[in-house]
Amino acid sequence: MPGSARTEGAMSERRLQFLGFEQPIAEAEAGRERLLAAADGGEEKARELARLDERIESLTRSIYADLDPWRITQVSRHPQRPYTLDYIERLMTDFEPLAGDRSTADDPALVGGLARFHGRSLVVLGHQKGRDTKEKIARNFGMPKPEGYRKALRLMQLAERFRLPVVTFIDTPGAYPGVEAEERNQSEAIARNLAVMSQLAVPIVSFVIGEGGSGGALAIGVADRLVMLQYSIYSVISPEGCASILWKSAEYAATAAAALGLTAERLHELGLVDRVIEEPLGGAHRAPEEAARRIGDVLGEELEALLALPTERLLAARYEKIMRYGVYTSG
Amino acid sequence: MMFFKRGASAEAKTGRRGRGVPEGLWTKCPACNAVLYAPELERNLRVCPQCTHHMRVSARARLRMMFDPETITEIGAGLTPTDFLPFRDSKRYADRLHQAQKQTGENDALVAAQGTLLGLEVVACAFEFSFLGGSMGSVVGERFVRAANLALETHAPLVCFTASGGARMQEGLTSLMQMAKTSAALARLARGGVPYVVVLTDPTTGGVSASLATLGDVLVAEPGALIGFAGPRVIEQTVREVLPTGFQKSEFLLAHGAIDMIVDRRELRSRLARILRMLSGAPGS
Repeated sequence: MPGSARTEGAMSERRLQFLGFEQPIAEAEAGRERLLAAADGGEEKARELARLDERIESLTRSIYADLDPWRITQVSRHPQRPYTLDYIERLMTDFEPLAGDRSTADDPALVGGLARFHGRSLVVLGHQKGRDTKEKIARNFGMPKPEGYRKALRLMQLAERFRLPVVTFIDTPGAYPGVEAEERNQSEAIARNLAVMSQLAVPIVSFVIGEGGSGGALAIGVADRLVMLQYSIYSVISPEGCASILWKSAEYAATAAAALGLTAERLHELGLVDRVIEEPLGGAHRAPEEAARRIGDVLGEELEALLALPTERLLAARYEKIMRYGVYTSG
Repeated sequence: MMFFKRGASAEAKTGRRGRGVPEGLWTKCPACNAVLYAPELERNLRVCPQCTHHMRVSARARLRMMFDPETITEIGAGLTPTDFLPFRDSKRYADRLHQAQKQTGENDALVAAQGTLLGLEVVACAFEFSFLGGSMGSVVGERFVRAANLALETHAPLVCFTASGGARMQEGLTSLMQMAKTSAALARLARGGVPYVVVLTDPTTGGVSASLATLGDVLVAEPGALIGFAGPRVIEQTVREVLPTGFQKSEFLLAHGAIDMIVDRRELRSRLARILRMLSGAPGS
């Protein structure tokens, strides 16, 4: 359908932003807008519009047909990419946000609460980035501090107590590396979550929706089912960080991105990710409603399968899955 | 015994290489610059007799310092790393592995063993920091899990000496997953009522710090060790200010409630034995 490459729904108010490698699409789109703004041109204008729509679609199709890992990284960080709260809003009802770790603070970089999905109550949580500068700063660019991870822990234990499944959305550059985060023991906050999640007696489904930044991502990602959006990434270290250590310059980020194997496709091949959800043409930000619908379909299927398992089997399967991580030879 | 021979040679080698002093007879203390007679330094467990600076210790020497002599059996020694991605920066990971193996005499960055500590059955592992920065990849994770499982089966307490820069980048996301793997094994160990004590040594950061290193029932640190989630350079770049002195050192962690105690290496053996005996219900010795 021509025009499907453009955004729809609540986020369509804002003008679509284009990444560097999308310049040909951006130019065609600008041409289309100029034409739209021009005085009424009757049938010819309509024909020209249709031609441009087709061109935009085919350009998008060809550029997105073969994105390298660095371009995928850029899409995963697109400023208009749907964030955790965008998906909660579209997928769930009755959302009741819950705040605080009961000891230090509420961390706006990690949101969560009670909600219903297809009528079933559950606990949902995830990293949350900000849209404008003010919100970005308030949410610390989606980088949680220890109190964020401890809030997540509290919510997960709440879920366990009331036998509610847990859904997590992963989208963070990483856990915050700052003085106060160290003072409050960032390491322990992450480690505790890993240990507790491995034995949490309710189903856990995790979706990587944008950036899966290292330990800060994993701290809410030890799950029965790990699902990635097609243009999300998940990595032990950011491409820039890896490049500055191993190539001695962040300029090699694209090379590092390729070497790290951080794309959904590659991680699925490696057996580290259970499922990959194909994104709408041009990325989830162009069609957030459609992206949410696809996530909802997968979530429905996965929850149904996991909820059918007796708790003991669920936990045994999760443990075995975790123990399978690793490639080595044993002589 | 094989365990001792390998350890001795590796240590002699690193000693020579590290200091650049011929024949490895003299070592300079990096803290107070005192020139120390190497055999005496070794007898003092690589603690500077002048200023008590705790120098780094190889994994094998660590375990030898802790276990009763002639009681050590290695765990998971046959596991070997592979360049499965494969990963290449200026060098291939396969070559880096080969080089690290030659340099350290170890096949990866963790050595695990069982034995006795002042008569008490104990399972222990130690990170080899000179092997790719003590980074945790598949072999480190699997070896750690095998040690934890053996501790669970035999109800012997588990001890881990950490020294690591974090997860091993060259194994990609698989190395990150070792954080989940080791933590899951420790959750099971905790549920089984088996004590786990961590000795944090210089330096312990990143993915190791944010998994197995902070999950101990008791957390002990050596004096002056750098311990943290993010390295000081990364934090400095983030906050764009000079970090306070002593930031992320053992003493800082103790003051912030992150660890239980700081123990001088020369007292570590007896203190560990005492703690482990109390936790595991063994009578006092």
